Amino acid sequence: MPPGFEPRGGGGGPRVGATLKDLKKDSSVFRLLKFILRNYKFHFGVVLLCIVISSLTSVVSSLFTRTLIDDYILPMLSPAPTTLFGGVGAGPDYHPLAVALVKLGAVLLVGIVAGYLQSIIMVRIGQGTMLQLRQKLFKQMETLPLSYFDSRSHGDVMSVYTNDIDTLRQVIGSSIPNLFSAVVTLFATLVSMLVLSLPLTLVTIVMAFLMFRVTTRLGQISKKYFTQRQQNLGKVNGFIEEMVSGQKVVKVYCHEEKAMEQFSALNEELRSSVYNANKIGNIIMPINSNLGNFGYVLLSVVGAVIAIGQFQGWYLCGLDGAVLTLGSLVSFLTLQKNFTRPVTQISNEINSLVMASAGSDRVYAMMDEVSEVDGGAVSLVNVEASENRLVEVPERTEAWAWKSPNGSLRRLEGLVSLADVDFSYVPEKQVLYDITLTAYPGQKIAFVGGTGAGKTTITNLINRFYEIQDGTITYDGFDVREIAKDSLRRSLGIVLQETQLFSGSVLDNIRYGRLDATDEECRAAARLVYADNFIRRLPNGYDTWLSADGGNLSQGERQLLSIARAAVANPPVLILDEATSSIDTRTEKLIQKGMDSLMKGRTTFVIAHRLSTVQNADYIMVLDHGRIIERGKHGELLDLKGKYYELYTGNQIAG
Amino acid sequence: MFKTLLGQVRQYKVAALLTPVWTTAEVVMGILIPYVTASIIDKGIQAGSLPEVYKWGGIMISIACLSMLFGILAGRFAAYSSTGLAANLREAMYRNIQRFSFSDIDKFSTAGLVTRMTTDVSSIQRAFQMLLRISFRAPLNMVSALFMCFFINARLSVIFLVAMLVLTVFLTLLITRVARLYQEILKKIDALNGVVQENVSAIRVVKAYVRESHEISKFDKAALGLFTMNVKAESLMALNHPVMNLVVNACIISLSWWGAHFIVDGSLTTGQLTSLFSYVMTILSSLMMLSMIFVQLTQSAASGVRIAEVINEDPDMFNPENPLTAVPDGSIDFDHVYFSYEKGGDYALEDIDLHIRAGETVGIIGGTGSGKSTLGNLISRLYDVSEGSVRVGGHDVREYDMGVLHGEVAMVLQKSTLFSGTILDNLRWGKEDATLEECRESCRLACADEFIEGFPDGYETRIEQGGTNVSGGQRQRLCIARALLKKPKVLVLDDSTSAVDTATDARIRKAFMARIPGTTKIIISQRILSIKDADRIIVMENGRVNGFDTHENLLINNEIYRDIYQMQTSGGEGDFDET
Repeated sequence: MPPGFEPRGGGGGPRVGATLKDLKKDSSVFRLLKFILRNYKFHFGVVLLCIVISSLTSVVSSLFTRTLIDDYILPMLSPAPTTLFGGVGAGPDYHPLAVALVKLGAVLLVGIVAGYLQSIIMVRIGQGTMLQLRQKLFKQMETLPLSYFDSRSHGDVMSVYTNDIDTLRQVIGSSIPNLFSAVVTLFATLVSMLVLSLPLTLVTIVMAFLMFRVTTRLGQISKKYFTQRQQNLGKVNGFIEEMVSGQKVVKVYCHEEKAMEQFSALNEELRSSVYNANKIGNIIMPINSNLGNFGYVLLSVVGAVIAIGQFQGWYLCGLDGAVLTLGSLVSFLTLQKNFTRPVTQISNEINSLVMASAGSDRVYAMMDEVSEVDGGAVSLVNVEASENRLVEVPERTEAWAWKSPNGSLRRLEGLVSLADVDFSYVPEKQVLYDITLTAYPGQKIAFVGGTGAGKTTITNLINRFYEIQDGTITYDGFDVREIAKDSLRRSLGIVLQETQLFSGSVLDNIRYGRLDATDEECRAAARLVYADNFIRRLPNGYDTWLSADGGNLSQGERQLLSIARAAVANPPVLILDEATSSIDTRTEKLIQKGMDSLMKGRTTFVIAHRLSTVQNADYIMVLDHGRIIERGKHGELLDLKGKYYELYTGNQIAG
Repeated sequence: MFKTLLGQVRQYKVAALLTPVWTTAEVVMGILIPYVTASIIDKGIQAGSLPEVYKWGGIMISIACLSMLFGILAGRFAAYSSTGLAANLREAMYRNIQRFSFSDIDKFSTAGLVTRMTTDVSSIQRAFQMLLRISFRAPLNMVSALFMCFFINARLSVIFLVAMLVLTVFLTLLITRVARLYQEILKKIDALNGVVQENVSAIRVVKAYVRESHEISKFDKAALGLFTMNVKAESLMALNHPVMNLVVNACIISLSWWGAHFIVDGSLTTGQLTSLFSYVMTILSSLMMLSMIFVQLTQSAASGVRIAEVINEDPDMFNPENPLTAVPDGSIDFDHVYFSYEKGGDYALEDIDLHIRAGETVGIIGGTGSGKSTLGNLISRLYDVSEGSVRVGGHDVREYDMGVLHGEVAMVLQKSTLFSGTILDNLRWGKEDATLEECRESCRLACADEFIEGFPDGYETRIEQGGTNVSGGQRQRLCIARALLKKPKVLVLDDSTSAVDTATDARIRKAFMARIPGTTKIIISQRILSIKDADRIIVMENGRVNGFDTHENLLINNEIYRDIYQMQTSGGEGDFDET
């Protein structure tokens, strides 16, 4: 009996039909294999050794049946029933049997230990690889440019982590070792079968080939249904996601019946394709195991004919040259089972490898994405100014400077200027045209304009979230591309339109702006922007735990927190993108003072649709369809009676 | 929970009940096979009789054929009934979600509902199929194999009993420990996914603050936590096979030893011994399979509970017994209304007493969280009041048929949602059989016609899921047009023009005044320009009505209103007051 026993006849999920041909295209599975081999050379060597040992012991134990009957039991039977079995017994002497059993026990024990060792190491390899893959993938994801995230839904990115990595786990954890052990068992069994009998081996191989064909053929059929199933699943998922998230609208428009009808139709399609796919998965097992039984009968008959008929001839013997005995026949029948099992296993594992390759494709596709390009060498450092000389200091000071690769320091002033900047997110759809503007140190520049005018885009270019196609952006005289990205972004405090919080306490969320800020500094920042008031009213004050979607806070409160986050970062230059849009007017009035002191002395870019926020700006840029169409101070722009006037009075100027 | 789930088997009951029947038949055939093989060896080969070999071989072929047939039937029926159950579960959940009131919808998150309808259902489908196929097969296999063993040789079979006992004790210990670990693992997976989710949605913040390495270390920690737990659980599970093999091999050695004795004294044949060998596998592997079922079932139990929650959720709002099916006019009355989102929770609205005439335009303004939207939602009975009553057309909203009420009181929700389909499809949500001309008309009212006609496909333009291919302002205007198609008596706009530029906003309001004068219009906004021309304006503050009067009077009497007004139009520039 084989130690490498696998529970089977079980649930048998749907299997995809596949051949090795399909796999060649999907080199990602092989890349994964290479990755594992590189990291776990030694481990893998041990595993292979263990597999060989346990497979060999399994073969030894199946050969034992012959030995048991022919060499031990039959000799003890006296007189021997027929001459066919040779050997004349001389009274029952159990001693040799006892010795043989102890030997067998020892061999089997070695097999068991090897098997255990193999699975323990496989756990290490499997989980270790998963850990490394996850970490590598996440690290890679963090370097990807924003355009990567813009071009796919959150769900798509998430599913790489939740679904795709999980399919790899199957490959690493079970498919690969199973495949190895199946191949080894197959080979070892083949050798022992050849030793016993050539013709019977031939019969077995023919039967095994038949089973292999049946499995792959059924697999191919089910692959069709499986693809259908995935498509229908996608449709149903999409429908549920869309309709459930719009359920309130469904309700308000009494659209329930209609929605139900549509859902039922999709649901039925899904049911029937899942049924067809699962059906085939379910019947592979009984068909194969009974084909095995047919083979068994065939072997018995052929074997019996040979053994009873006492046919002679080298082609009827085994490699050991002995004729077929009863014991050999019985052993062979056991071996036959050992032979067909790995055949089924191999075809199943190939199926699941192909299935998993879709997952590994997506994992590797993400790994292959091109990271953000940096290339900047100028870095941001803290300095102390002593007598007109800048000295770099490691601790945080209020003064910043740019450090060139040659070590020279230049004070950070906050002079940002854009010259003839063109930009498009996707080729052929230009978003910004010839943007030219200069923000002198300490100035407040406001951007106004309708949706899609390009306000946010401009600020995204300054911190190099996206790369411009034409023109230049300079920061204190450096082209922003010369500045290391990390330094550039650290020098710009940004409060974004969509407030994002992280799960953690309120304090943690404020501290996100500067990780080494003390509790007191965080509180001071909160007080500065008037967030302190509402925070203290929360159940646990500053220690209140927030969920990532900030469900327990109103949109306005979340904005206050993200302003506090920017305040604690205390950056030399500020970008406020609709930072107060959800804060009600009265609260906005309260925080105005705090905002003013935050902006004081810093170059600030402000995007807002509220007049109160923009009117005291040093310069207001009015954007329309990606161009600056008006610029100037509030009063000047009003006198112009142009777009600005129109936007803020609700008045359409004739002509 | 089991009752709820099993109740959904419905039309697949016959198939579900027949599956174990086929399985049983398959098992019986399977059990006979080693017995027949023993006969082939003993009566045929050993006796040197080819006819016996043919006879028993023939029997075995017929049994194998039957076994295959039953196996295929069992497989098909199992697939049929389990996928059927899954479809019924999805259907039942979706049907009940359609009955959900707004507060029920708030209770379940969208993501949560999607998981319940997909992942959880798949898990139950697998568990049910396994239950049908294996939970009968395994014990049956075990019992009948055991029976055969006793039939062949009762004394040797004691070995099996001992082995089973040992294995049972071991498996029980193993499973209880592993099940506990799996709970932990699920939590770790959630934590890991949480970090990824946050980073995907907040990638701009991460990059803006250069927190990549901070996030990576957060993720590494979560991944390491999951790794440690997984290694623990899987190492434990890795004991499974060696122990199983140990027991199997111990059985084989013992069988060989005593078997040899019995053969020598003539009470056992060699053929019988080989069939005992194969029964060892059958019995012990069935035992192991049972333990696996147990592990699987405990894992799907959580899914079952989550599905049952949705199916059993009782909507907290019903149609009245004899509902009114017509709304006489668009007058609205709030009689001392109190409202809280949670029973016994803080009031979101307190003592609201308002009376609005049919055809009036009323603005509602106030800070975030002051209760503006809540007030609007109560008019079309999206939530039920805690105390007091809301009347529309003179009748309590709870007396109307909800469909009729929603039709006559059109809400344009704050979150503008469009569905995938053409613009026309989306508009027709408001009126199913609306003609193109009707749709055009309401789009003109909502100032949506101008951009729709600019699209190459006009009204046939496809809207992507979530309406991502139109701008926020365009989406809002489409939502307004959709509501207008209902030709409602009351129109509630909940901050529905926030993304529309001021000029267009003004044109929309002007069109409303001129074209649908009979409709009561409730305009909720943060923007003073959107409401200041209303007949009267409600000023909300902390869930109470702070003022309800015309713009001019409020400017004089209401401090909050004056504040907001000055904030938004400040500088006192005369130009900004123009209408």
